Amino acid sequence: MASWSLQSGARPGFVTGDENEEESVALPPMTTDRGPNPPPPAISVTAPAVREFVAAAETPQADAGPSRIREFLQSRGSGGIADRIFIGLMLLCALSIFAIVIFILMILILQSKLSLAQFGFGFFVHSAWDPVNGDFGALPFIFGTLATSLLALAMAVPLAMGVAVFLTELCPKRLRSPISFLTELLAAIPSVVYGLWAVFVLVPMMRDSLGPFLSKYLGWTGLFGGYNFGVGLLTASIILAIMILPIISSITRDIMLAVPTSQREAVLALGATRWEMIRTGVLRNARIGIVGAIILGLGRALGETMAVTMVIGNHPDIAKSLFAPANTLASVIANEFSEATGDMYLSALIEIGLALFLVTIVVNAIARALVWAVTRGTPSRVH
Amino acid sequence: MSTNPMHAPPPARDGDALRPPMNFQSKRMRLNSARRYVVNHVVTGLAVLSTVLVIVPLVAILIYLLYMGASSLNLAFFTHIPAPVGEPGGGMANAIVGSGVVLALASSMGIPVGIAAGVYLAEFGRGRLLASAVRFTADVLNGVPSIVMGISIYSLIVIRQRHFSAFSGGVALAVMMVPTVTRTTEEMLATVPHSIREAALGLGVPKWRTVLSVSLKTASPGIITGCMLAFARVAGETAPLLFTAFGNQFWSLKLNEPIAALPLQIYVYAISPYDEWHRLAWAGSLVLIVMIMVAVTLVRIYASRGVLKGAS
Repeated sequence: MASWSLQSGARPGFVTGDENEEESVALPPMTTDRGPNPPPPAISVTAPAVREFVAAAETPQADAGPSRIREFLQSRGSGGIADRIFIGLMLLCALSIFAIVIFILMILILQSKLSLAQFGFGFFVHSAWDPVNGDFGALPFIFGTLATSLLALAMAVPLAMGVAVFLTELCPKRLRSPISFLTELLAAIPSVVYGLWAVFVLVPMMRDSLGPFLSKYLGWTGLFGGYNFGVGLLTASIILAIMILPIISSITRDIMLAVPTSQREAVLALGATRWEMIRTGVLRNARIGIVGAIILGLGRALGETMAVTMVIGNHPDIAKSLFAPANTLASVIANEFSEATGDMYLSALIEIGLALFLVTIVVNAIARALVWAVTRGTPSRVH
Repeated sequence: MSTNPMHAPPPARDGDALRPPMNFQSKRMRLNSARRYVVNHVVTGLAVLSTVLVIVPLVAILIYLLYMGASSLNLAFFTHIPAPVGEPGGGMANAIVGSGVVLALASSMGIPVGIAAGVYLAEFGRGRLLASAVRFTADVLNGVPSIVMGISIYSLIVIRQRHFSAFSGGVALAVMMVPTVTRTTEEMLATVPHSIREAALGLGVPKWRTVLSVSLKTASPGIITGCMLAFARVAGETAPLLFTAFGNQFWSLKLNEPIAALPLQIYVYAISPYDEWHRLAWAGSLVLIVMIMVAVTLVRIYASRGVLKGAS
């Protein structure tokens, strides 16, 4: 497609072969190097329609009627109406993204009306979840979601930062590409597959080796008490950390790559060591975006459903121990939605979905705004 | 671009302006050179260590998944439907076909809308507030948990129809595909040089025709791989299908009835107590992983030629 070549200055505005692929406007090149008599236009084109057009242009008509060129152009249609319809169609599709968000919001509010009216705001601070007696409160799930997500962040963020620093600043060029490919691949593996791995590898490991180890050496903190089933808050947090690590590290890497090299060179030229360069030249410039990347990871962790559902134990309780089975907002929906009996039960579950939707929208909006503030305009090339 | 508030430079931070530049040649810094040297190497070591700590277990997980999948995969997996409990053998033929049906439905709805929205953003919306808002919303929508999509589509379609259906599953996945496809299409169209568009417009080609046969065609390899990535992502989605496609132990191709899907089947089999079903779950996850791997590899090949931000 890109092989249309219009040679010479027949249309000085359109000189192809402009290597500048940036978004900047390609100014028409100056044509000062041409002699006093410009050579006749030599147009070599491939498209048949264009050949026809050129043929029409080269045989001028003497009669007063519309020229062949105009006839030709008119036969192609003015394009005005078609253009407007086309743009309208594209605009409609673009607006459908707004429509989706508004639609989801409306549906969730409509369907959870029953529970919204019954419990009001108290729904989110009430800790009972008793479907038999129709008493519903979302506090245990909010606790479970926050505990697993924050624990996962605590585990994933330092490691992800290390990976990002290594990939952008320290890594030999040859290693960079395979490692970032691997992180992308791992970010794309479905949640249910991680869940499968966790059920058969992580849960037994937690039950037989990691759990006893933790309660032996860190039992004094009181966080590792109680009976260790293998499934529970800690297991869910670990699988969440594994899942959000590739996401956080790859976005952080993009953001650190967006910091101009001149910043690094300037700090190095002042006599800084490499770490001082990273700290003052890169991390400080990228900090807003890095916070955004972390919040993005948080958003992912908050809404993660399948893997967590498979290993968290699904028990609506607020326990002090990290070994205790718990439940998150997403996992309670996945588990109980299809067996919800009664309108109030269903409505309460949908209200949990509504809360999850609103929270993730807000979290993601903040995160994206922060990431955009740093990477604005700069293309993050995937190396 | 300057009218675009999303892309405006961030306001100057007061702290940065007031703080004097760090002087690495000061007396204090020179005296501390040994400490600085050590800190530098310690931190470098930590970064390398954390990378090793991350990469090794993740690779181990990947290899374990591939190994378990490969050792439990056989021909029957692709040709048989699930055997009754206790009976050896059986496969997931119905789930694979069911996934195909649901994904075909989702792609036929999600991909055209996504591409059209991407075309609007890249070709007509440059620098407009509306386009920035759409872009932002698409990114935010990308982060909405899939289970929320599931219950929304359940409330919208399943409750009305009073039964689960393949169609509702397709709609749920289509909604999830739209933002990804939109962003990839936009990023890929942005890599098309303006001169090509201008050449077409200068020849009197109408705008819509320029977009279709010049911009889109030039960017088509990238857009196609972007669609493949979106496809592979939703192919592994379980949560939106739990209450829409619902799953089915038998052959069914009807759009109006519950239908089996690979990720659903993996979920059900993974939490079941039967070894034979566990084996099938491993085999099923291998199929999903291989599909994802192919898509990610292809995207990578095309991304190295252009920008592909929206997919991350």
